[in-house]
Amino acid sequence: MRIAIIDESAARAAIIEEGLREAGMTDIVLLSGRDALLARLTALAPDVVLIDLANPRRDELEEAFAVSAALARPIAMFVDQTDTETIGQAIDAGVSAYVVDGLKKERIKSVLDLAVKRFNAFTQMRDALDAAKSELAERKTIDKAKAILMRNRRCDEGAAYAALRKAAMDGGRRIADVAEALVTAERLLGDNR
Amino acid sequence: MTSDVMRIGFLPLVDAALIIVAHEFGFAEAEGLQLQLVRDMSWASVRDRLIYGRTDAAHLVAPLALATSLGIGRPAVPLIAPFVLGLNGNAITLRAELAEQLPYALDDPAATGRALLALIGQLGRRLRIGVVHRHSSHNLMLRYWLAATGIDPLRDVEIVIVPPPYTVDALRSGEIDGACVGEPWNSGAVDSGCAQIIAVTSAIWRRGVEKVLALRADTADARAPELAALLRALHRAGAYIAMFEHHETVANVLARPAYLDAPAERIQRSLAHRLVLKAGGPSAEVPNFLLTHDEAANFPWTSQALWLYGQMVRWGDAEFSSQSESIVRSVFRPDLYRRALRGTGAPLPGASAKVEGGIESSVAVGTTQGRLILGPDQFFDNRSFDPENLPNYLAQF
Repeated sequence: MRIAIIDESAARAAIIEEGLREAGMTDIVLLSGRDALLARLTALAPDVVLIDLANPRRDELEEAFAVSAALARPIAMFVDQTDTETIGQAIDAGVSAYVVDGLKKERIKSVLDLAVKRFNAFTQMRDALDAAKSELAERKTIDKAKAILMRNRRCDEGAAYAALRKAAMDGGRRIADVAEALVTAERLLGDNR
Repeated sequence: MTSDVMRIGFLPLVDAALIIVAHEFGFAEAEGLQLQLVRDMSWASVRDRLIYGRTDAAHLVAPLALATSLGIGRPAVPLIAPFVLGLNGNAITLRAELAEQLPYALDDPAATGRALLALIGQLGRRLRIGVVHRHSSHNLMLRYWLAATGIDPLRDVEIVIVPPPYTVDALRSGEIDGACVGEPWNSGAVDSGCAQIIAVTSAIWRRGVEKVLALRADTADARAPELAALLRALHRAGAYIAMFEHHETVANVLARPAYLDAPAERIQRSLAHRLVLKAGGPSAEVPNFLLTHDEAANFPWTSQALWLYGQMVRWGDAEFSSQSESIVRSVFRPDLYRRALRGTGAPLPGASAKVEGGIESSVAVGTTQGRLILGPDQFFDNRSFDPENLPNYLAQF
């Protein structure tokens, strides 16, 4: 069974590929970029095509699957009405699948389930990365705010942090937001000096 | 006050404005609704979220709502369209070096079409023209225009599917010679210098139906009160957008990355019915380029659905049968429109269908509420469409 993965995110495509290989599916091709996609797909004649839901090329692909005589076999969308839950999970994960007519249902389901798991894992990883990035940025901002306070109030780091924390608690705001406001204010006032 | 959540799918196009404005300017909230807008990049994804219940409603090309209900190419899922999100708003662009050789006039698509036929003859090759989806009004209006000017859409041109976000690239690289697409993508191609706007759909069919609000029929039944509230919110959003003094504010909101992610000035051209046809050129007034409110533009006339179905049959995208015809009649739901807007200031037409293309000059029509004057709605070739006799209409092509 040959599986084609079309994804603008090379990192995500690699993660899906790895998952499929671990499950013993080895005939996998990754396609990205716009050039000659349909021609390459035709030449590869995959049994299953996985494409991310956010990919603008889905309409183009569906059209090709519907009309192209060049594609070796007709490819129908995965529209098994008895299994709307699987499809729903795939949509939530952000992946859609097209399969060759006549392929065994269990085989398709195992591919799709795996892809869904890997898509979700990728999203969680990216979210965690985003969170880590913003946490780092916030910590830097708090450090800057502390430095401003230490300079202006001639106090030590502990006292500066305590002042930030008190302002945050009094105002019902996050420490990072108070620090951000202080850094912005310093920048504006700095311009007038 | 409790607030009901409705999830609505949309594509980044100017005619998603009613949904975005209903959400951003408080019209939905005033009706006790909370909207969650879900942005997609392909009609396939908008459709999938809708039919598998991941959204409750969607901004959808009208022919795709019909094709989904008819089960063309996939199992049928009955959809309904109780509200039209806009009339027209699409344009046809041609690569700049071809447009330079073409005498064209937006208000005379017949002459432009004849010139295009001559140009194809000179070039001695088929033109490749991109549309957004087989089941789109773009595809049907483009074919209607070409065929009526003597260009065979199946032989003289090659119509291919190009996603709107790739249109500019595809024109620039020469992958396609032209495109029929919604805004702001034509203007994006113009601004990049690679193409010119040579025709507008509002000159091909002066009151052509474009996007609809589509729902699954079972969702519409189960959530009738929320749906009525949504239609009232959309109607008020349409009135807000139509006012000249709001164009700039609305364009600024639509321009945000979460919505159209395009320059506000470019978006404002559609709202103001003024287009720039070539890079560096002046902006030209295009009367009624995109109607989102006036003339009861949101009323879902069943005759509009039947015209689209007729064109789908004409080009072999749908089969004709009386059963299919009755399915098509049941998709557009003027009754739900009337029920939702009764008691508001909205004019409510008494009839549910009309002869399309039959109005030469503005005319008052019968209503059950308010006063309604419909403007000229002709097709550029002066054919009219009687929804009571589809086979007769199709026999002339």
